[in-house]
Amino acid sequence: MSTENENDLLLKIRDLKIEGYSDEEWVGIVHGIDLDLHRGEVLGLIGESGAGKSTIGLAAMGFTRDGCRISGGSVQFDGMELTSKPKSELRKLRGSRIAYVAQSAAASFNPAHKLIDQHTESPVHYNIKSLSESQADAMELYEKLRLPNPKEIGFRYPHQVSGGQLQRAMTAMAMACRPDLIIFDEPTTALDVTTQIEVLAAIRDIVEQFNTAAIYITHDLAVVAQMADRIKVLLKGNEVEEADTATMLSAPKEDYTKSLWAVRSFRRPEKQRPTADSGEIPVVSVDGIDAAYGKGLKVLDDVSFDIYAGMTVAVVGESGSGKSTTARCITGLLPPSKGVIRFNGEELPPSYKKRTTDQLRQAQMIYQMADTALNPRIKICDIIGRPAQFYSGLDGAKLKTRVEELLDLIELEPAQYYNRYPPELSGGQKQRIGIARALAAEPSFIICDEVTSALDQLVAEGILRLLDRLQNTLGLAYMFITHDLATVRSIADEVVVMKEGRVVEQGPKTEMFTPPHHAYTDLLLSSVPEMDPDWLTQLLEQRGVDNIGEAAGN
Amino acid sequence: MGDVLAIVAKRLGLGLFTLLIISVLIFIAVELLPGDIAQAVLGQQATESTLAAKRAELGLNDPAPVRYFNWLKGAVVGDFGKSLVSSESVTDAITPRFKNTLFLALFAAVIAVPIAITLGVLVALFRNTLFDRVANVLTLTSISCPEFFLGYILILYLSVQTGWFPSIAKVSPDMSLFDRLHRTFLPALTLVLIVVAHMMRMTRAAIINLLASPYIEMARLKGTPAWKVIVKHALPNSWAPIINVVALNLAFLITGVVLVEVVFVYPGIGQLLVDSVSKRDFPIVQACCLIFAATFILLNLAADIGSILTNPRLRHPK
Repeated sequence: MSTENENDLLLKIRDLKIEGYSDEEWVGIVHGIDLDLHRGEVLGLIGESGAGKSTIGLAAMGFTRDGCRISGGSVQFDGMELTSKPKSELRKLRGSRIAYVAQSAAASFNPAHKLIDQHTESPVHYNIKSLSESQADAMELYEKLRLPNPKEIGFRYPHQVSGGQLQRAMTAMAMACRPDLIIFDEPTTALDVTTQIEVLAAIRDIVEQFNTAAIYITHDLAVVAQMADRIKVLLKGNEVEEADTATMLSAPKEDYTKSLWAVRSFRRPEKQRPTADSGEIPVVSVDGIDAAYGKGLKVLDDVSFDIYAGMTVAVVGESGSGKSTTARCITGLLPPSKGVIRFNGEELPPSYKKRTTDQLRQAQMIYQMADTALNPRIKICDIIGRPAQFYSGLDGAKLKTRVEELLDLIELEPAQYYNRYPPELSGGQKQRIGIARALAAEPSFIICDEVTSALDQLVAEGILRLLDRLQNTLGLAYMFITHDLATVRSIADEVVVMKEGRVVEQGPKTEMFTPPHHAYTDLLLSSVPEMDPDWLTQLLEQRGVDNIGEAAGN
Repeated sequence: MGDVLAIVAKRLGLGLFTLLIISVLIFIAVELLPGDIAQAVLGQQATESTLAAKRAELGLNDPAPVRYFNWLKGAVVGDFGKSLVSSESVTDAITPRFKNTLFLALFAAVIAVPIAITLGVLVALFRNTLFDRVANVLTLTSISCPEFFLGYILILYLSVQTGWFPSIAKVSPDMSLFDRLHRTFLPALTLVLIVVAHMMRMTRAAIINLLASPYIEMARLKGTPAWKVIVKHALPNSWAPIINVVALNLAFLITGVVLVEVVFVYPGIGQLLVDSVSKRDFPIVQACCLIFAATFILLNLAADIGSILTNPRLRHPK
């Protein structure tokens, strides 16, 4: 970090207030934030969704999204006041002196243009470099960011490149004009853990090499611990506290910060399978199934595992490993091409169309995006009531009682939520409704497909505790699909690790988390960021810079 | 590219199948028309024996399915039979008329499509400004006016009062191109006014629809000027809906021009169709309908292929 004096101060935000337009009035989103950033320094902004992290990050570029406005305070970049600068002047700073790296590189690269054409756009537009200079520079940056085939990869279209590579290409694009400041807005949130490491290492390297200042926005504490010199914690548009990374991790002052740190502490006792001589049979038994979409490649190859009553089996793996496809096979949405699925020992017809109502009732699903899994135009009572009516034939007063019972079960006050619509609920509440809908069918088995990954950590923990309580009272079996190993640690009894459509390892949780592991399990486990600020550095030393992430898996 | 060819082949097959179904519908519709064809051809004075002879000559005594297959057999090789009125071959009667209609449609399209897309891009760029509103009001007004009314208004101002263009678009095969363009300018302009609004508004909507995309925000955050954001980042991703609405309007220019042709006395296929219906010249009616259907199907097929070709995922597979 550079010495602190006024000349070094690159970004100075004072009492920044931002408002958003909703329901025909301006509502405060950010309520007076101060922020200092020196040249070459990395500041981590953390907080849950709705904390105003991205809004502040964009405001540092003098930019607000449609429907937002800066209503007070000042943003000074290199001595220039951005809040009063005309739009055309502001535009000239963007891309050239302040750059932005978005959360989803896959969505933020224009699908119609080649990567390198998007890379060269700003430098050529600002006459900083000629087209050929900028292309040569792009290739050099691609190489620095350890992208494969740096000379060639830029001439591909975004859909031809993997997510982690795209995120690095976007970091390269941000570097195109050698800006003084880069805003990283959750750049690794959408990536698998093994890919995340490559991107983190690449970003950290390049920011150091060019002495670029950065604001690193994330909700993941362990990630920010690797990247930032200082950390600022935000809550609902207010600052909670700010300190250098080491202090913040070891001695947070505020209760809210401490609660964030403590989130990963939920751990339930591990349950064991019933012994072989008890004669108990698994609720769900997946036996040697293969599956493919259409006539395409096989996406599942000989997948087998059992789930016993009252137990949680976590299915982990990276995106594309076949976790959700397995769930689709169990529910009968995708009939497997080989193998059988048994329910309490009884073989299920492969397609849901051929299953009886009672067979359908037994297996329910909770989805990742509660937002899209609930019809926004249907009342809560009808969302929960429909399966209760369909499977149990309840109606009238009985149905109402049942819905209220279910709402009680998911800890939402029936009187208050009975007649509401999904958009009036928060993310965590919506997910609870999703759980109630699954419970309404009175199933014995529930598939939870990444149910907490779209939620903030505190909210996610609430959902995990709820699922745990329901399991204990109702004796449910869970298949818990996730890529988040922290969640696995807290809730699973058994773990199934999948890779490229195959089960690479399975067993009780404690066994799975104790070495020796299968090489791939080991890679997954060791890729989960830890709170220790030196974790990434040490890991890179262990693995070597050229042998991280995807490369280490082969 | 193999994928694209397979999709095209499949669509082409589906198109032919649709055309077959439509040919059945056309045949049934004509069958359902009241009255006796022989009577219509020979007039009220005809005796019972001449009528019977005429029916036999036209093959009207065969059962309907037989007549349908005979007609279809001819249609496949381009022989639509003979006109009942003039005894001329239907193909000979239709060909010059259809060429005229195509000429007028092409003339209108060459003016309308570039104007509509340019205007669409401009109103998207200056959305919610005075320019946007004025352009919207004007184009909506023109689309809301009945075409014959627009035609007469244009005749009043551009022909009767100023004398710049002829009000009757009578063309003949030996005319020079310039003469032809001059003669057909008013009907072409009428058509332009009708189709521009639709295409412009779809272009505007397709572009604005994309403005909330992360890659558009990214382009803005890279300091890309507003016009370039629209033209370079939004437009290339909005071709699919634009191409579809353009194809729909081109189809309209060929099949929906009856009124305009009548107003300007233009010898196109629409006018032929109207004449033939009133004269009960069914072979011509059937042929015209089949041509219209084929036009619709072909243009929609072209739109589908166009949409596929503008999708980088299909053009550049992994």
